[in-house]
Amino acid sequence: MEAQQHTASKDHATLADTFNRDEPRVDWHDKTLWFVRQKRDKAAWQIPEWEHLRETASQIKHNVLANLHHYLLSFEQQAQQNGVTVHWAANAEEHNQIVHSIIQKTGITRVVKSKSMLTEECHLNDYLQAQGIDVVDTDLGERIVQLANEPPSHIVLPCIHWKKEEIGELFHKHLGTPEGNSDPQFLTAAARVHLRERFMTSPIAITGVNFAIAETGEVVVCTNEGNADLGVQLSDVHIACMGIEKLIPERKHLGVFLRLLARSATGQPITTYSSHFRKPRPGQHMHIVLVDNGRSERLGSDDFRNALKCIRCGACMNTCPVYRRSGGHSYHYAIAGPIGSILAPALDMKKNADLPFASTLCGSCSNVCPVKIDIHDQLYKWRQVLAKDGYVGSTKKNGMKGMAFVLSHPRIYRISGSVGRWVSRHMPFLVSNSLNPWAKQREMPTAPKQSFGEWYRTNKRKA
Amino acid sequence: MKVAIFIPCYVDQFYPQVGIATLELLEKLGVSVFYPEKQTCCGQPMANSGFEHLATSCNDLFVENFSGYDYIVCPSGSCTLHIKDHLHASANEPAAEKIRSTVMELTEFLTDVLHIKNLTAHFPHKVGLHQSCHGQRGLHLSQMSELVSPGFSKPQHLLNLVQGLELIPLDRTDECCGFGGTFCVAEEAVSVKMGKDRIADHLHHGAEYITGGDMSCLMHLEGILRRQRSTTKVIHIAEILNAG
Ligand code: SF4
Repeated sequence: MEAQQHTASKDHATLADTFNRDEPRVDWHDKTLWFVRQKRDKAAWQIPEWEHLRETASQIKHNVLANLHHYLLSFEQQAQQNGVTVHWAANAEEHNQIVHSIIQKTGITRVVKSKSMLTEECHLNDYLQAQGIDVVDTDLGERIVQLANEPPSHIVLPCIHWKKEEIGELFHKHLGTPEGNSDPQFLTAAARVHLRERFMTSPIAITGVNFAIAETGEVVVCTNEGNADLGVQLSDVHIACMGIEKLIPERKHLGVFLRLLARSATGQPITTYSSHFRKPRPGQHMHIVLVDNGRSERLGSDDFRNALKCIRCGACMNTCPVYRRSGGHSYHYAIAGPIGSILAPALDMKKNADLPFASTLCGSCSNVCPVKIDIHDQLYKWRQVLAKDGYVGSTKKNGMKGMAFVLSHPRIYRISGSVGRWVSRHMPFLVSNSLNPWAKQREMPTAPKQSFGEWYRTNKRKA
Repeated sequence: MKVAIFIPCYVDQFYPQVGIATLELLEKLGVSVFYPEKQTCCGQPMANSGFEHLATSCNDLFVENFSGYDYIVCPSGSCTLHIKDHLHASANEPAAEKIRSTVMELTEFLTDVLHIKNLTAHFPHKVGLHQSCHGQRGLHLSQMSELVSPGFSKPQHLLNLVQGLELIPLDRTDECCGFGGTFCVAEEAVSVKMGKDRIADHLHHGAEYITGGDMSCLMHLEGILRRQRSTTKVIHIAEILNAG
């Protein structure tokens, strides 16, 4: 696999440690995202049948995943009848090649792209840029991180880690706005002028897809800025890129998801634009690229299949106490947070072996997920897979073996306990030596004179 | 009713007073309690690190120790949940299954089996309740802030029965403290930051004590409190319910 060739870079713990050196910034990041979580809570509480809605969405997706081949074929047939060209890509590379070949045939080199996590997953921008294609992301947040030459740190709020003063500086450098001006309204207006020019001069528009309807062959794209519509309406060629799991059976099911998506994502009742693209305008060409990239493999796994239900709302990130305090980039994968941590190892176990451990398994993610993915259970299951397949370090493994031995031999446990509190020497979190990370910012618990077992034997044991 | 208590390894070794309070409290409430002396651990430290497959003999030992009881009561939501979700024994799966369905966390045993409506406990202090995630989200000891569902809390119900105790409100009622087993050392920076933030919430509302059903979370918070030289202390819920 191509992805396997990446050399191991810094892991989540190291990157999170760096992020935490600036504590006021961590506080700001945490509060900003907690505010989004609170907005989500308020929106959810306005729907008395919220939990029923989540269950319904989960069941619809269950049906889709159980019959995916059928829905995909029906979708393809409908789309073709609508005059759309449908392409199939087995992996990221094929996806990028297909998109490039469509662009190449037009002879055009300027492209606008609205938000699509799939194209992030496939690193489409890098690929196209290497082929001399100039791609501009038109979602404001995405454009900001693009100008900064960074990946998004959040799937819904790509530049949530940027403060407005920093965006002011960035715009000053790249768009020539006056130095020191960080008024959000002013900066948005500046971005609008900048993006308008690109919209007017880019005859090719790439969009993502939020939902694809098998019954009608149409795709639905949800944005708050209307940038997908603007791009597509002004273009001669529309390329919509989607993972094969984006299908829903019928139009009538869309309401369930649209009600959940924006409420879960930002607390809005619905995204400002829910745009349906069914067929090209006269003279326009429309392409849909259906991408597998490991999805069908996951479909075959009972433990991890449900991850394919994800509708990319980002609620699991906003609620995640670890994500809020480590930042999206600490996950070193296109999709950060809890959902990223169960998707990434499926693509590359070696490179992403740290991610399922970047969690306390608190379970808040599974509780907010609008399609009820068992995220924290999957994190636990990934840990088992990674340890079994040898992706967990040998020191840890040997420590675990030693611990397992003592804990299955009560006499040894009891003796080693009385000799200076066994736990303090062997518990992975309490190993008492100068390098112990526990003690960096925390005091060690003090060992009592007697363990409970010893107390019991002295005071309670019935002869 | 034949009841055994399971005292998790780190409680046994570091917080014997929690085990003692659990035992005394149950006896006060008229339960005759058995303590199988060969018990060690639920196996979670291995399993949460990905080494569930190394926990087999630890699991067998657990089944050997805890077979033949009507209930197994444990003063830890996390260890209880681990047993409930992951205890298996290839040699005696029916026994493991029985244990999985009869193991109970202390506060749920008090509210759901003993139906406790009053207590003699006396604890005249301002107390913050830390809802440990495994007890709350795993065992459903209380309503979860993420879900649109009616409010309830088993530990809070019990604390409200304690004379003199004033339960303080919190800004974030059920955010994780960052302990997370090996997470607390593997992800030291985030773990400590999470703990500091939880503590700040309790201190901001004037807590003299932070209580909860899991000594592991409290041990982590205690480590930070002591480093900060705070006068606020941690105390397991069993100690409060058994106080006075
Ligand atoms: S896993 Fe669930 S909560 Fe997270 S982004 Fe996907 S749909 Fe949203």
